[in-house]
Amino acid sequence: MNKPRTLFDKIWDRHVIARVDDEVLLYVDRCIIHEGSNHAFETLRRARVSVRRPKQIFAFADHYVPTDPARRAQGLDGIADKAVRGMVELLQRNTREHGIALFGLGHERQGILHVAGPELGLCLPGIVLTGSDSHTSTHGAFGCLAFGIGASEAAHVLAMQALWQRRPANLRITIDGPLGFGVTAKDVIMAVIARIGVGGAIGHVIEYAGETIRRLSMTERMTVCNMSIEAGGRAGMIAPDETTCTYLAGRQYAPDAAAQEPALAAWRELASDADAAFEKEVSLDARAIQPMVSWGTNPEQALPISGAVPDPAREPSAERRAEVAKVLAYMGLTPGTPLQEIRIDRVFIGSCTNGRIEDLRQAAAVAKRGRAVVPSWVVPGSASVKREAEAEGLDRVFEAAGFEWREPGCSLCAAMNGDELRPGERCASTSNRNFPGRQGPGGRTHLLSPPMAAAAALQGRLVDVRRLGSGS
Amino acid sequence: MEPFTTLRAIAAPLDEINVDTNQLCPSRFNKLPYGEAYARVLLHDRRFNADGSEKPDFILNQEPFRRARILIAGRNFGIGSSRESAVFALRAFGIRAVIAPSIGDILTNNCFRNGLLPIVLPPEQTERLMRQVLQQPGAVLTVDLPAASIIGPDGALYRFEIKALRKRRLEKGLDEIAVSLEYRQAFDAFEEAYKREVPWV
Repeated sequence: MNKPRTLFDKIWDRHVIARVDDEVLLYVDRCIIHEGSNHAFETLRRARVSVRRPKQIFAFADHYVPTDPARRAQGLDGIADKAVRGMVELLQRNTREHGIALFGLGHERQGILHVAGPELGLCLPGIVLTGSDSHTSTHGAFGCLAFGIGASEAAHVLAMQALWQRRPANLRITIDGPLGFGVTAKDVIMAVIARIGVGGAIGHVIEYAGETIRRLSMTERMTVCNMSIEAGGRAGMIAPDETTCTYLAGRQYAPDAAAQEPALAAWRELASDADAAFEKEVSLDARAIQPMVSWGTNPEQALPISGAVPDPAREPSAERRAEVAKVLAYMGLTPGTPLQEIRIDRVFIGSCTNGRIEDLRQAAAVAKRGRAVVPSWVVPGSASVKREAEAEGLDRVFEAAGFEWREPGCSLCAAMNGDELRPGERCASTSNRNFPGRQGPGGRTHLLSPPMAAAAALQGRLVDVRRLGSGS
Repeated sequence: MEPFTTLRAIAAPLDEINVDTNQLCPSRFNKLPYGEAYARVLLHDRRFNADGSEKPDFILNQEPFRRARILIAGRNFGIGSSRESAVFALRAFGIRAVIAPSIGDILTNNCFRNGLLPIVLPPEQTERLMRQVLQQPGAVLTVDLPAASIIGPDGALYRFEIKALRKRRLEKGLDEIAVSLEYRQAFDAFEEAYKREVPWV
């Protein structure tokens, strides 16, 4: 009888090419890259090595593309900043030179690599997928082992289609129970991070399990896995099931009709064995999760919207008191202020966390109940999401409510393309990181779900979307 | 890659937790080509005012810490984005070793690929070293990679854990791609069998 294994164990074991001491040379099925991966091509050039399996590398222009419709219409010429344009151009040159598929500026499948990639069927159950971006954890929603790597590691993958890695440990997070009204996948993962902390999963691969997770759509599962890295996780994953297979059917890089049957049979074997051992286990009751909002400068500093800004004086240690005081000074917040009284200057709906069609539908359903009173952006995660949203009329709903409908890209989440907050500006954002300066130097970020962001836009302050329109 | 054996150097105390990679290298500098320019990028928005002048009260702007080659930091150092520019910035500034109670996984991997040694010590040991270098600015630490140990300013010995392969690569400054190319045959054999079994990828 074989030792029971986890989903992660099965994928890892199947991809080991060689072992040396405590490291393995791990086969990489597919690798996704973006403009920031240019450093990796430079390393390759210095080492005088070519790309080993260019057909298994996929490139997306997302971090540096403009999202302003007028600029976007001008293609490369629409990028005023020479250094920014250079990044997009360099990706075009590098991919052309090495024969790598590019979903770039103007491509009908362009988009954020973690939104457009799954749409193309790049992430399949059982594969190892690396990406030169930490949010590559998103793709684990499909039951693959997907993780972010740096430029040197990306260069190694380009050269070898493999990577030296140490085996991480297994952490299972089980979530059971129904989600309450107005509670989304974003609130689930924010509640997880608030519980285990930003370092809680360092050195571990997270498997999300439980009936709450099983009931989530692929969009929702991607939102959960996306922020695994915000808990320090090496990767986040969910066992494939009918939901996964239905989503993948017919996608460009998913198995074709002929391969369908053996693929599905193999995928069914991937789920963690009943007695598999996890080094760490955490469980959450979905019923206790409320709409969440971050108040601080890292994703664990988040509370249910019914809460108030913490008081440093009530923190248990000197270190914590100093930390919270510093954070509140950066955020410009007063201890004890109810979160719902925090006024905001901007709203951002989009990103690889919450830029998919279901996210935009949820936000639009709230937006149509009023009018935005602060500048509010909606940035679709991909060209496909944009087309689908426009076919459903979501763009008109947003625009009628005073929101700005923009072009797909990372935009105000990564703040690398010129979309950024001014110093001191406070933004209700559906993105994934609220680190100091993440959305622009001196910018202040409150992370929340798409419906919560839309509600904040209508009121100009953080607000409980569940109480919107009920006279609150 | 520059080999790492024994480092005797001034250590700077960065007495903060959760110093993420966006603080180490703010996004807008990711466009820079790898090189000396990254020395100024390290913790840029903490070290410099908007007009480009230095913030004199920031630890790395003070003597003798401007010459530090070892950084001691609080827990969760280097969490967040995978940007290797965070490590380029540390290296260009002159840092060759980082000591903290916990370090982000991706940053750890990036450090090893750039000749920078990330060392995880228990919180009480990190705190003790932090206190000592704060109290005696310019105090020198010795990081001995072959022995996997640190000698504190007071002569105290700290052992750290490092896996054999990583240690060997760093000590010899081995170029990882060159080493891996020796595995081409193993790769081909693996891939052939794998693609037979999983033809749909």
